[in-house]
Amino acid sequence: MAGRERRPADFADNMQKQSVFQSRLLPYALVAPQLAVVLIFFYWPAGQALLQSFLLQDAFGLSTSFVWFENYRDLLSQPDYFAAILRTFVFSLAIAVSSLSLALLLAVMADKPLRGAALYRTLLIWPYAVAPPVAGVLWVFMLNPSLGILAHGLRAMGVDWNPLLDGDQAAMLIVLAAAWKQISYNFLFFLAGLQGIPKSVMEAAAIDGARPMRRFWTVTFPLLSPTIFFLLVVNIVYAFFDTFGIIDTMTRGGPAKATETLVYKVYVDGLLGGNLGGSAAQSVILMIIVIGLTAIQFRFVERKVNY
Amino acid sequence: MVEREGIRSYVAHLILWIGIAIVAFPVYLAFIASTQDNAAIANGQMSLLPGGHFLETYYQTIFVGTSGSTREPVGTMLFNSFVMAMLIALGKISISIISAYAIVYFRFPFRMPIFYIIFITLMLPVEVRIYPTYKIVADLHLLDSYAGLSLPLIASATATLLFRQFFMTVPDELLEASRIDGAGPFRFFWDTLLPLSRTNMAALFVILFILGWNQYLWPLLITTRDDMQTIVIGIRKMITTTDALTEWPVVMATAVLAMLPPVFVVVVMQKLFVRGLVETEK
Repeated sequence: MAGRERRPADFADNMQKQSVFQSRLLPYALVAPQLAVVLIFFYWPAGQALLQSFLLQDAFGLSTSFVWFENYRDLLSQPDYFAAILRTFVFSLAIAVSSLSLALLLAVMADKPLRGAALYRTLLIWPYAVAPPVAGVLWVFMLNPSLGILAHGLRAMGVDWNPLLDGDQAAMLIVLAAAWKQISYNFLFFLAGLQGIPKSVMEAAAIDGARPMRRFWTVTFPLLSPTIFFLLVVNIVYAFFDTFGIIDTMTRGGPAKATETLVYKVYVDGLLGGNLGGSAAQSVILMIIVIGLTAIQFRFVERKVNY
Repeated sequence: MVEREGIRSYVAHLILWIGIAIVAFPVYLAFIASTQDNAAIANGQMSLLPGGHFLETYYQTIFVGTSGSTREPVGTMLFNSFVMAMLIALGKISISIISAYAIVYFRFPFRMPIFYIIFITLMLPVEVRIYPTYKIVADLHLLDSYAGLSLPLIASATATLLFRQFFMTVPDELLEASRIDGAGPFRFFWDTLLPLSRTNMAALFVILFILGWNQYLWPLLITTRDDMQTIVIGIRKMITTTDALTEWPVVMATAVLAMLPPVFVVVVMQKLFVRGLVETEK
């Protein structure tokens, strides 16, 4: 569910209806359910995480002391944590770039006036509904070193395929499944973006003698850049959070942490228990990253509204 | 079109079919595997055509479960997933639509602060606050319950913003007219606003149902009892055992069953789906 929560475009208007109802208590009763859920399940836990990240418990959990940023300093001095940050960004980029480029190619093709265009669209968008962990299971089955069909193919081609031992191969496995699952989402938004480009612009470029390939790079691609940027952010958020289910079904972060991303690390470290403060500090750093990504997205949406 | 197509359109058709093959092949393979004999699959000698075990495997999957462990039958998991997805989707829609109604149609102290309190939750996905949230749900004795599965995921700033945006486009004259008819805030909401919001609600429902159905991390944490597992969790536990013991036909049948409801929703309600997706994400 992370990341998918975004806002509609016209946030900027703080207006209200000209004519409104008068009531002293009713409006509070109407917002009460949502406010209660938000306070209990969002602000309270987030506050807890923030508070705990500044606390240090002794080994027996008997006393707790306020240690300012010690937990953060500890965390950031671990080479392990930096490796996880770096890994997460590499994963995100690999997933975003591979999924976006394939989706863009398909969308450009589907945007042509072809027979059966509606059918193509239907056949390309349904994987959106596949849960990430299920996508993981499907790919694990195909690439399982002992019984997977694709694994047999790879071995026949002379590749020493064993993602259970080889960290890079395990990472490829995650990227493949995650990118596969995201193609339909990107395709849908690219297609919408392409259909928003006025035909007259393309015709003008054609009259000027631009060949289709050149037209794509000089006209379509720049006009599509807001969509590309939007999707890039969405895909990075997706790679940060939704890959959890894929990693958990495919590799469990292994081998030797080669597929442990930041979110997976929070989960594993928390599961092992022990360092409460350190795990809270990890959560807070993740929150800061999410807020940063969301802020980037907002600025972009704002610009698009004015555009 | 700009120029005559011909060969280019053949290339386009070809690329699209290759794309569809890439997208569909893993799912096709899952279905094929679910109809075959486990021994053949485990030996890596799986055929690429459907086998003869369709009824047998699906019967076992839905009503019995894997034979190797004491896991629940997948039928129970399907039911749990359905209840969770419905609660999340309907819960989000109902609490959001009434809070948006209050924010747009009433003037009251702390209106904007309340709006911002809801709005900021956009930035706090469940993944970044899992353990504290888990502790709260445990303290409230909601582990292994449908309320615990759905409540923490029910608050949705997206839906509130979407309804608020939509309400702003509803002409003021409608409110005036129903006032003249003597309608109060309840009647106006029920008789005028709700019917107008039907399409928006349906589009949102499609998206939220899929998101709810596909939840993973949260149910993984808070369900300990096998009979409270959702299908997406159950499938992961089936491949926990060592390779040799994994009953692949049952696992793949479960994968197919896990995909079926949300994929059905996307294909059958495609217009609403696309609309919902574009509106909630933009």
